[in-house]
Amino acid sequence: MNDNQPSHHSSNEVDEHRRHFIGASAALAGLTVAPGVVVYGLAHAKPDSEPVTNKVRWGLLVDATQCAEGCTDCVTACHTENAIQTGALETDPHWIRKVELKDMRTGRSQSLPVMCQHCEDAPCVDVCPTGASFKRADGIVLVDRHTCIGCRYCVMACPYKARSFIHETLTDQNPDVPRGKGCVESCTMCVHRVDRDQQPACVEACSQAGHNAIIFGDLNNPNSDIAKRVAGHPTSQLRADLALNPGVRYEGL
Amino acid sequence: MGKWVAGILAVLLLSVGAYAASNAAEKASRTAKPEIVIDRSKSGDKCVEETSFMRKNHMKLLMHQRDDTMHKGIRTEKHSLKNCVNCHASSKDNSVLGSDEHFCQGCHTYASVKLDCWECHASKPKQSASAPVAHPVPAPATQVGADRK
Repeated sequence: MNDNQPSHHSSNEVDEHRRHFIGASAALAGLTVAPGVVVYGLAHAKPDSEPVTNKVRWGLLVDATQCAEGCTDCVTACHTENAIQTGALETDPHWIRKVELKDMRTGRSQSLPVMCQHCEDAPCVDVCPTGASFKRADGIVLVDRHTCIGCRYCVMACPYKARSFIHETLTDQNPDVPRGKGCVESCTMCVHRVDRDQQPACVEACSQAGHNAIIFGDLNNPNSDIAKRVAGHPTSQLRADLALNPGVRYEGL
Repeated sequence: MGKWVAGILAVLLLSVGAYAASNAAEKASRTAKPEIVIDRSKSGDKCVEETSFMRKNHMKLLMHQRDDTMHKGIRTEKHSLKNCVNCHASSKDNSVLGSDEHFCQGCHTYASVKLDCWECHASKPKQSASAPVAHPVPAPATQVGADRK
């Protein structure tokens, strides 16, 4: 059940020159506390002109013990950030949803958000006939709408019900989040924010609400909060039996 | 006989003249070039590349940038669609679409090229229209993707 191994990507190209370049820029971005001592905690900053690498694997840790029942701040923040209008139709998209679990014997109930689990071996990527569903080098699973033909095979393949199809013409999109009719979409881990060293909107909202039930960070960096938590606490993957190695982990389930 | 020939010639000349005149009039009224107003206070003096280059090649730059951004997370501003919109949105309604006076729609209507970027992408800038946008100075190289290292 527990899997505390940081993920490893084998399928992504790594350019040695880029690695060196990134190493150099990371050192520059680091904070020098004393001569020869550099704190790399700030070194995530990636220059805009550099591609993402598989040295990083972005992940989320959901602490179900901290997630408040009835609170939907993460869902609201997601909708605001990504300009998702809901409430009109049954077919409205959902990138993140709150799930309430109840043990009927003991009466213990739990609440937790479920979104795209950003699997290392994502079934949606496997089945996509056009290559539109893909995994970025840093582990974020996305849909390239330019090549998505709307066949919805990925919607069927996803064991987490994370994907939605857009049936209606959309307006007033966020310029950072292009979305439109005829494509499948799902949680992007707020990739446009992550690339700017910001946290996903749901994480920010949860922390603003004082719950801190969702933590975002680099699972590959042993010094990151998320990696420490995953290394030091029992966490679980949803449907771990499928061996998809999701980037979203749950604690206290 | 001479009278007849002169008469026929005169008629011919007249009809040719009339035809030429009507042709010129038709040319003038045919498919007016779009009148696009660019708000210089917002966009600065220059585009990210030479105007002549952009007219021919903007789609190549956008296509290249699109794949780089989507798949590699490269988010340089220079050749991004967002950057186009930031500068070229109309000062009237803050959009690049809406009528043939608008930047994208005007030319694409004239050239009769379908424009489907805006089915997903926002045709209005994120910030308010009054906020000036930083505009990168055009680089001398005009090769596709020249801004990349």
